[in-house]
Amino acid sequence: MTALGFEWTVALRFLREGRMQTALIIGGAGIGVAVIFFITAVLTGVQSDLIRRVTGAQPHIIIKPPEETVAPLVTGDSDQPRLAAIQARPQRLTTIDGWPALARSAEATPGVLAVAPVASGAALGIKGDASRAIVLVGTELDRYLRVVRLDDKIKSGVLHLEPGDVLVGIELAKDLGAVLGDRFRIQSAQGGSDVFRIRALLDLGSKDLNRRYVYIDLRAAQSLLGIPGKITNLDVSVRELMSADIVAGRLRVQSGQLIESWIQNNNFIFTAISNQNIMTLLIKVFITIVVALGIASVLVVSVVQKRKEIGILRAVGATRRQMQSVFLLQGLVVGVCGALLGSGLGFLLIIIFSRVLRNAEGQALFSLDFDYSLVGIVVASAAVLGLLSAVLPARNAARLDPAQAIRG
Amino acid sequence: MASVGTSLIRLAGLRKTYNEGLPNAEEVLHGVDLEMQPGEFTALIGPSGSGKSTLLNALGLLETATGGSYRLGGQDVTKFSDNERTLARHDQLGFIFQFHHLLPAFSALENVMLPALMRPQGITEKIMRERAGGLLDAVGLQDAHHKKPQELSGGMQQRVAIARALVLAPQLVLADEPTGNLDTQTSDSIFALLRQFNRERGTALLIVTHDQRLAAQCDRIIELVDGRIASDHPNAVAGAGA
Ligand SMILES: Nc1ncnc2c1ncn2[C@@H]1O[C@H](COP(=O)(O)OP(=O)(O)OP(=O)(O)O)[C@@H](O)[C@H]1O
Ligand SMILES: [Mg+2]
Repeated sequence: MTALGFEWTVALRFLREGRMQTALIIGGAGIGVAVIFFITAVLTGVQSDLIRRVTGAQPHIIIKPPEETVAPLVTGDSDQPRLAAIQARPQRLTTIDGWPALARSAEATPGVLAVAPVASGAALGIKGDASRAIVLVGTELDRYLRVVRLDDKIKSGVLHLEPGDVLVGIELAKDLGAVLGDRFRIQSAQGGSDVFRIRALLDLGSKDLNRRYVYIDLRAAQSLLGIPGKITNLDVSVRELMSADIVAGRLRVQSGQLIESWIQNNNFIFTAISNQNIMTLLIKVFITIVVALGIASVLVVSVVQKRKEIGILRAVGATRRQMQSVFLLQGLVVGVCGALLGSGLGFLLIIIFSRVLRNAEGQALFSLDFDYSLVGIVVASAAVLGLLSAVLPARNAARLDPAQAIRG
Repeated sequence: MASVGTSLIRLAGLRKTYNEGLPNAEEVLHGVDLEMQPGEFTALIGPSGSGKSTLLNALGLLETATGGSYRLGGQDVTKFSDNERTLARHDQLGFIFQFHHLLPAFSALENVMLPALMRPQGITEKIMRERAGGLLDAVGLQDAHHKKPQELSGGMQQRVAIARALVLAPQLVLADEPTGNLDTQTSDSIFALLRQFNRERGTALLIVTHDQRLAAQCDRIIELVDGRIASDHPNAVAGAGA
């Protein structure tokens, strides 16, 4: 018994003595922690599924050159051609000047994860009689993979882009009647044309994307689009998805280019997710408060119940500080046990519900390999929470007058 | 050991007022002068409500006096802080209460070990155990080391309390009606035990009792009436009585 020291020995013994109370409050704290654990996992799963679906193969942020417009014709003949004339020029692509320097400065911007140069434009995919409108994305694959995770979208083939290679969506391949290894012709709106071999089939998250997106090597794209050495945009990924707008703001100030973030283009989802996050934060805060109050009230009652014992211990030489520690430690133990129990319970819930809750494609909504450091954070927070909850009861215990307690 | 001539206890004009400063203030001790020497075996008697427990608690540093001065073992403890009083209780005093006051969650042995565990002062667990076990044997509880208080009779519980009071070898043990709720036979054996420790170890005892028969076995009898010492005299017959 002594190996633990006086405070620990008494704290644990008191908890063991009040078996029912201790079990109830640990159970209560455990349920609270399990709920927090569970909604965090479910929400993270649901949100990342949603974002994955919406953003799909889209980069978080796109840096584009400011749009060039054709000066309106001032013929004076009629008002109609004026309006019609104010539009982006259809054929010649606008490009970014001095992109390597811009890419470097974008990479150095706080919040940015990776940047990749892209030469993109409209084109036709042609095989035999079949011809389909496509979006050509020419890039350096190594850099691009850090912006858009094409590697987890691959259905068959290998991720590799030599100048004559192409990666296509599964629907487009179907439409063209092509399979892995087949060749087909790509003809750009600018008139460039060449034959490419399919190295991989991709599932980009939606039929529309799978029908339109085509990835080729940057140089090949530049020559097809008639912009040798130039790019049409820089694609950017950010570290924190929900802060893409903030990063976009920084890039806007810095680059003077046109910046589009996924949030801008999908504002309703961003708002929905933000609101969801605020709601769940509120729920977590309230659960935390309830758990803390629960621990505090059980310990306050325990101090009253143990009045006489505290008095005896004080009489035979336990200091105020020692009595305070005895109750703080009880709070700590209850918090940590509750967190461990809750983590286990939460994990169980996640296992069960990952079989029940599925997304539209029938996949589990959240993966079981979620962040295990969450357990460590939860246990550490619960330890602090337990200690804080015990502050008031511990003070009551320390203040108790031994003479009064012993008299009755 | 206090040197010759140093009193164990020296009270001068000790006063205690409960609820001081409030409308229901009540002075319970009206200036008590008292001296006790090391190794004394003294009874404190007096009618109910005369202030015996109050005096004992003041001597035990469980309650602060509201007037007068108190020297314990040569040290002025009148103005001690709560922490200093706690440490003095731990290091110099032992307590035995009427309702034995053991901790129900701990075994007899653990109850006796608790004071040592609070401030080990370099004493190992093994030594604590041996010392506590030896004392339990000495009070006749060799078979009850690992029993919880509720498994023991009243007399046995009071024996555990005696062992606990003695475990750190205090100079003075304060006992408030230690046999108050025990039958005569058990009372006698408990009292004999206290007497035995007093003789063997030189531990001074101040015992509050209503039992004239037991008081008569003490070396000195102090009578408290209405918060004042009414009589205080040595008891010559004590030695023969024991
Ligand atoms: N905490 C307290 N607050 C107010 N008054 C108190 C308190 N404790 C004791 N008293 C009063 O002090 C007086 C002396 O009480 P005390 O317990 O010291 O008497 P006692 O001699 O030990 O009596 P008994 O023989 O019944 O144990 C009593 O009138 C009692 O009501
Ligand atoms: Mg009394």
